Amino acid sequence: MNAITIERVTKVYEPLWPWHRASTVLSDVSLSVAKGEIFGFLGHNGAGKTTTMKILLGLLRPTSGKVDVLGAPAGDVATHSQLGYLPEAPYFYDYLTAEEFLEFYGKLAGMSRDAIQCRIPILLKQVGLQEAQDRQLRKFSKGMLQRIGLAQALIQDPALVVLDEPMSGLDPMGRKEVRDLIINLREQGKTVFFSTHILSDVEMICDRVGILAKGKMLALGTVEELVDGQLAESIEVVCDGVIGTQIEPVRRLALRTLQSGARCLMVLPGHECLDEILEALRRAGARLVSIIPHKGSLEELFVHKSHGEG
Amino acid sequence: MERLLAVAVNTFRETLRDKILYNLVLFAVLLIGSSVLLGTLTIGEQARIVNDLGLAAINVVAVIIAIFIGIGLVSKEIERRTIYTLLARPITRSQFVLGKYLGLALVILVNIGIMFAMFLATMMLSGHPVHASLFQAVELMMVEALLIMAFALLFSTFTSSVLSATLTLGIYVIGHLTSDLKTIAEKNASGVIKSLTTTLYYAFPNLETLNIKGQSAAGISVDLGFQVIATIYGLLYTGLLLVGACLIFQRRDF
Repeated sequence: MNAITIERVTKVYEPLWPWHRASTVLSDVSLSVAKGEIFGFLGHNGAGKTTTMKILLGLLRPTSGKVDVLGAPAGDVATHSQLGYLPEAPYFYDYLTAEEFLEFYGKLAGMSRDAIQCRIPILLKQVGLQEAQDRQLRKFSKGMLQRIGLAQALIQDPALVVLDEPMSGLDPMGRKEVRDLIINLREQGKTVFFSTHILSDVEMICDRVGILAKGKMLALGTVEELVDGQLAESIEVVCDGVIGTQIEPVRRLALRTLQSGARCLMVLPGHECLDEILEALRRAGARLVSIIPHKGSLEELFVHKSHGEG
Repeated sequence: MERLLAVAVNTFRETLRDKILYNLVLFAVLLIGSSVLLGTLTIGEQARIVNDLGLAAINVVAVIIAIFIGIGLVSKEIERRTIYTLLARPITRSQFVLGKYLGLALVILVNIGIMFAMFLATMMLSGHPVHASLFQAVELMMVEALLIMAFALLFSTFTSSVLSATLTLGIYVIGHLTSDLKTIAEKNASGVIKSLTTTLYYAFPNLETLNIKGQSAAGISVDLGFQVIATIYGLLYTGLLLVGACLIFQRRDF
């Protein structure tokens, strides 16, 4: 069963004045996220990621299309007891201490006083803020606010966690901790839907990925499916003692050559031409330094897709 | 209900931790205190001067809190984007709006209560009699503050803070002048002006109904029946405004 189903969703902002144009921020977007899955939502600023998330939470209504969250239509308040949300660059009530803040969100989630009191120290430890329990949020750094925001999203141990740029504002250590936390959520059977700009995070932890650009869904699948299916492999050969461009097969087959003194780096389009190139290099008296096969990365795919759309 | 109360308690806490509130209360205390000094400058009417100034100070501070904190109740949550995490919780939009209102209502009632207690203490310490009419005036002041706050909340559900403040202030001023609208309607021969002023008279709240400070200061009590009807009038009007605020907020996109 899916935790999230988005079917052909379009969101158009009607203009305030008749002489302004309507703006379409989402166009026919469809995706689904299975229960227990980590889904990474990729896209440039303004691609429509936050709008999609707001529709999931019922903060925005789609112009057309259907959205189901945890088996109920998006915006159904009853399902929100199973949902946690961290917005992008969150701002919270800065006059509250970390403990008061989590207590407030626990009450909103319908938790009992005892359950809240048990949960707070666990969460603060999980996000590394146990020493800031009695500190007001106005004294928190950006990274600390991000962490306490994560803690509030998890206060009632929700089945579905929606995180908008959860790694932003965090240092490398903090990012690693958040990554670990997300993986830990999957191990507990939770579903995580998160948006990010940091592609390496997506490659590392996501079961499936969606790429959104200018409100349109450009690619959807596992990282392997996307990269293998759509980007060609390449092979990087480095050797010493020859001028690459003077060797005929290299001139004919290499996608790119780079010469630095007697060292030559050449990029080949695939395995097919490797034997012919190696044979030619041997005949020319070259000494082989390395052969490195390159698979397409998510970053390349992201750039490729985004440019294609632009 | 628990969630509504959680929002109300948080609003109450937020307002209490706001320094503006203390400044306002300090202002009221100074005004009440100075009324005693001013009273000594007059001959024969000291008690009335102290009553007049004291009640006016409480009224001004209550209305300022109702308007200027009321307009920020919802709009601040939207501007700061705290609304996103709140509405992602199992709380309906109406529970949120009513919780915010209840929280500030509690702040206003507690503040009026504190200011009135100080006022009574000042009266007693300076040896002036404390009339029952003062309690009647303060009760209607509370109703007026609740009504004004409902206007501020209603406007803040669909417009900016500045516009909400301007509109609420406008309603407050017109609300105290509605009897003039009726007089204009009665004295004007033109049918258009007559129907317009009559419509405005009935559309705007008649805040003068809730203003009995003058006679209370003179120690004259109002009829209990009037007091009850004026209270019901104010609270019904408030209820209608809150329903309107909930309906508008229900349809909003964030």
